[in-house]
Amino acid sequence: MRQVQHQSAFHPTVILWMMVGLSGFVLLPWYMLDDGLFSFSWVSDGYPFDSDVAPALFLVLQGQKMWLAPLGGLLVLPLALWGRRKNDPVFGNVLIAVGLSGLVWFFAQGYGISLRGWNAAFLTDMFGKLPERQFGMGWGAGLVGSAFLFLLTLGIAARGAVGGDVFVVSSIGLIVGLVTLFILLPILKMLGSALITEDGGYSLSSFAGKFLSLRIWGLGCITGGSRCGVAWNSLFLAVIVGIVTTLLGLVFALIATRTNARFQKLLRALTVLPVITPPFVIGLAIILLFGLSGVFTQGWAWLFDIQPTRWVYGLPGLLIAQTLAFTPIAFLVLIGVVEGVSPSMEEAAQTLRANRWQTFWTVSLPLMRPGLANAFLLGFIESMADFGNPLVLGGNFDVLSTEIFFAIVGAQYDQAQAAVLAIVLLVFTLSAFYAQRFWLGKKSYTTVAGKGDAGVHPPLPRGFTLSIGSVAAFWLMLTVLVYVTILYASFVKLWGVDFSLTFGHYIQAFSVGWNEFGLHWNGSAWDSFFTTLWIALVSALPTAIIGLLTAYLLVRQRFAGKGAFEFGTMLSFAIPGTVIGVSYVIAFNVPPIEITGTAIILIVSFIFRNMPVGVRAGVASMSQLDKSLDESSLTLGANSFQTFIRIILPLLRPAILAALVYSFVRAMTAISAVIFLVSARYDLSTSYIIGRVENNEYGIAIAYATALVFVMLAVIGCMQMIVGRRNIGRRGQAGSANQIQVPGGG
Amino acid sequence: MSVIKSNAASVEFRGVSKVYPGSKVAAVDDVSITVEQGKLVTLLGPSGCGKTTTLRMIAGLEFVTSGKIVIGGMDVTTLPATERDVSMVFQSYALFPHMTVRENVEYGLKFSGFPKKEIGERAMAGLMLVGLQDYGARLPSQLSGGQQQRVAVARALVLEPQVLLFDEPLSNLDAKLRRQVREDIRDLQIKLGLTVVYVTHDQEEALAVSDRIIVMNNAVVAQEGTPRDLYDAPANAFVADFIGEANLLDCEVTSVENGEASVRLGPVSLAMSARGRAPGPARLAVRPDRIDLVNPSTKNTLPATLTKVTYVGKHLECLAETEVGTFFAICHDVDAQVKPGDMVGLDFRGRGPVLIGD
Ligand SMILES: Nc1ncnc2c1ncn2[C@@H]1O[C@H](COP(=O)(O)OP(=O)(O)O)[C@@H](O)[C@H]1O
Ligand SMILES: [Mg+2]
Repeated sequence: MRQVQHQSAFHPTVILWMMVGLSGFVLLPWYMLDDGLFSFSWVSDGYPFDSDVAPALFLVLQGQKMWLAPLGGLLVLPLALWGRRKNDPVFGNVLIAVGLSGLVWFFAQGYGISLRGWNAAFLTDMFGKLPERQFGMGWGAGLVGSAFLFLLTLGIAARGAVGGDVFVVSSIGLIVGLVTLFILLPILKMLGSALITEDGGYSLSSFAGKFLSLRIWGLGCITGGSRCGVAWNSLFLAVIVGIVTTLLGLVFALIATRTNARFQKLLRALTVLPVITPPFVIGLAIILLFGLSGVFTQGWAWLFDIQPTRWVYGLPGLLIAQTLAFTPIAFLVLIGVVEGVSPSMEEAAQTLRANRWQTFWTVSLPLMRPGLANAFLLGFIESMADFGNPLVLGGNFDVLSTEIFFAIVGAQYDQAQAAVLAIVLLVFTLSAFYAQRFWLGKKSYTTVAGKGDAGVHPPLPRGFTLSIGSVAAFWLMLTVLVYVTILYASFVKLWGVDFSLTFGHYIQAFSVGWNEFGLHWNGSAWDSFFTTLWIALVSALPTAIIGLLTAYLLVRQRFAGKGAFEFGTMLSFAIPGTVIGVSYVIAFNVPPIEITGTAIILIVSFIFRNMPVGVRAGVASMSQLDKSLDESSLTLGANSFQTFIRIILPLLRPAILAALVYSFVRAMTAISAVIFLVSARYDLSTSYIIGRVENNEYGIAIAYATALVFVMLAVIGCMQMIVGRRNIGRRGQAGSANQIQVPGGG
Repeated sequence: MSVIKSNAASVEFRGVSKVYPGSKVAAVDDVSITVEQGKLVTLLGPSGCGKTTTLRMIAGLEFVTSGKIVIGGMDVTTLPATERDVSMVFQSYALFPHMTVRENVEYGLKFSGFPKKEIGERAMAGLMLVGLQDYGARLPSQLSGGQQQRVAVARALVLEPQVLLFDEPLSNLDAKLRRQVREDIRDLQIKLGLTVVYVTHDQEEALAVSDRIIVMNNAVVAQEGTPRDLYDAPANAFVADFIGEANLLDCEVTSVENGEASVRLGPVSLAMSARGRAPGPARLAVRPDRIDLVNPSTKNTLPATLTKVTYVGKHLECLAETEVGTFFAICHDVDAQVKPGDMVGLDFRGRGPVLIGD
């Protein structure tokens, strides 16, 4: 055994978490303050005695909120472990007992006692009416909760879990805790609220009534009645978009890998488009081109002397917009698959007298089948979850995601209805996700990475090459048209009416002036722009950290329940932003976590919406890091935390940068979740733009969107340059960060 | 100037088994072995027999499913790698690509509580030991494969571990370098008196470097002993065939007296150590280079017909058909006038044939 230099009488990690917990209990305000977590005005607001800002200890000493007292008692209990070593069974058992009972009590009081005293009628019946009430948890509560969590994981590690590795067990505890708190619980709470009837009771039959209503499942459009239910609309749209984007993605992948077309580079550059473009921007362009006052519609009407129609609003427009928006995602998936088909298979087929066409049909295509299914499911999920496009050009074609939105923000404010719709949406996407995972195999994080072995892919049949070439050219033209239109429209005075050019929209949005205080940001967009910027920045770091930590656990560690862990963290892939938005609104506007209307809820939603990006980036590059690097660090006496910090993080620098930038960019372009969560004080760029669109102020909306696209382009460009240059003599490491799959914003 | 010493200790496995999660068969099955202090012991066996798993259990990178591991008299069964005083040289060397050679060597010292000054001195001493004192500022990617490996060895040595582990250390080197490197490792081990456990699947390498060899097959120990023991007296057919080559034949033990057996092989009768066998049918192993081709009329030789004679430079390789089976024999006299179809006598005098178990 290695000689241990310092052998203190009390385990240092226990001291650490006791200190953290006690400072939360004794020093910091227990409850959430009116002006948020990042303000320190409480220091002069009657601290520590005023009950609004008092730490738990002072509350209890003044005879208030006595239910907090046991937490303090539990926090000092680990002192009993003085002098005991980590491998002493008592050590682990005591910590497990303290941590577990602390957590249980912590959440029991949090969820049990709320703004109106006891939270449930049966508790009032049992214990009598409570004279006091409590608010959302704040700093103090947060620290105490974490202290209990990490004392528990320390105890579990001490009992020998995962080789007694405290860092690994604590990390697992952290991720499980966060995912439970910010993904699982909100969803469950939303499910629960779907059962609530108008008069506040719970009823299964009322739920069933709503769930099975004609509004959702009606088949009117087939049987000759009026309209079909929103569920069928969403499903129909998603299936078609899935099929079309998969086929187009395949076309592009084949062109990019199997022909020597000159525009291969251009094609690959296209994949960055969905990342930098807020999803509804495509929808806007479609309106500008084909809408009522769109250039094509107007031109057509003028040419044939007919009334311009609103034909594009609804299914046709949605199909065009979503196909344009999501094809790059399918392309990204399929390019790996197409490259992964070993050329020697195809060469073998040719030596067996198959011609080019037969080779493609009998060998290449079947080998790509799993990839095709994968691309289809991704397109399906993206289309289901898309919110921006249906909002701007859905017309009378209602889909689930917008319907949810209107249930919450509309005049009806019907939480239960929103929850029911969200459940339907969730069932669809989760089924697709489930199918992808269990029908196509487990590797959902990583694409097929392996390049084919030596040999060259045989060229495709001539006619086939020509036809896919023309399809691709058409699509490219359309894409270029979309972006040119957007750019041009941002300078047009009033589209469809007055096509004269102007800087007016930019000036209105982004003007800067001087006044007696110096620089003054006059433009109407600055407020939301700066808010978006700092919130995206603040959320990028935790996203990357949580993502990489999860990836580390998934790739490098073996532990009981790893399958469930993996499934849980992957789940957020499949949860549409709209559903997250609704469930956050429902779950986090009452204690114990009361953060609606704050910046925190935006940050939290970004972190957990974008976490899969960090996980993907981490898994992709960590699987390329030779495992013996960390093992040799361990045998050289570094523990797993030191190894993570000194070996893994430095070697993953490109992946970390990529994860940071992508989560930043996705946060800047996201709309579906945050539209529920923004407030007057914290408005974001995307929701501001959508607001302008709804007011028919297209000019400023488009100018703002254009500016956003350029900002994103600059950010991504800088990152590519930095990542591209960095290459420290490592096997197969270069460029891995560039291949990260990023599902589009939304 | 600090000097690298050794804190060599013994390693002992007591009934160790390892079953990987999700697998039904054991990767290591009830293995009990001892590695004496200051000795170089090789784990030898075909790919997949459990050598790496055994090594990783000594390092603390895998944990036993059952059994006990004792290092230096202390039970370390549940200690993780970080807390064991064992260093390992990995097959891929696992040098940290973002650190210089010197930082690599200093890495482990930083976690061992040495003062800063001593860390530098020890790292230097370690590099000196492997002859790379001038390469400290380079990145691993700027070194040749052999140099990289020496860095990996220095990095492990400076910690003065109780046990030093090597997993197939030569497999990434080109053929010419292998002999040199294995001599270097052996010299260093003897000079510092290190306890070394060395994994290889190459029997020649194992014979050349080891104090003792532990032959593994299918997750169990097939035989252990000195290189000479294993070559001259393989315990069973697997060992006989895996170490060197052997002709394996059915024979008849006619009598056993004072541990000496009389063995009948076709028309030939031979005397050899009984190795615990009773009279009756038995198996015989004969090394190809311990068979002499003689005149067929010589007494007590096995009549044979040559079916194939191949010239391979330093010797002739012959296949000979006999009434008890086909023999593979090596004839060191390259000028011998033998050709296919010739009748010869196979002479097994000296220490040639041994009785083996199954
Ligand atoms: N991490 C692992 N998980 C499951 N099985 C493994 C793992 N590592 C090795 N094995 C299995 O254990 C057996 C022994 O492997 P190993 O010790 O690597 O053999 P060797 O080093 O002798 O080639 C093999 O059958 C191998 O497939
Ligand atoms: Mg091996």
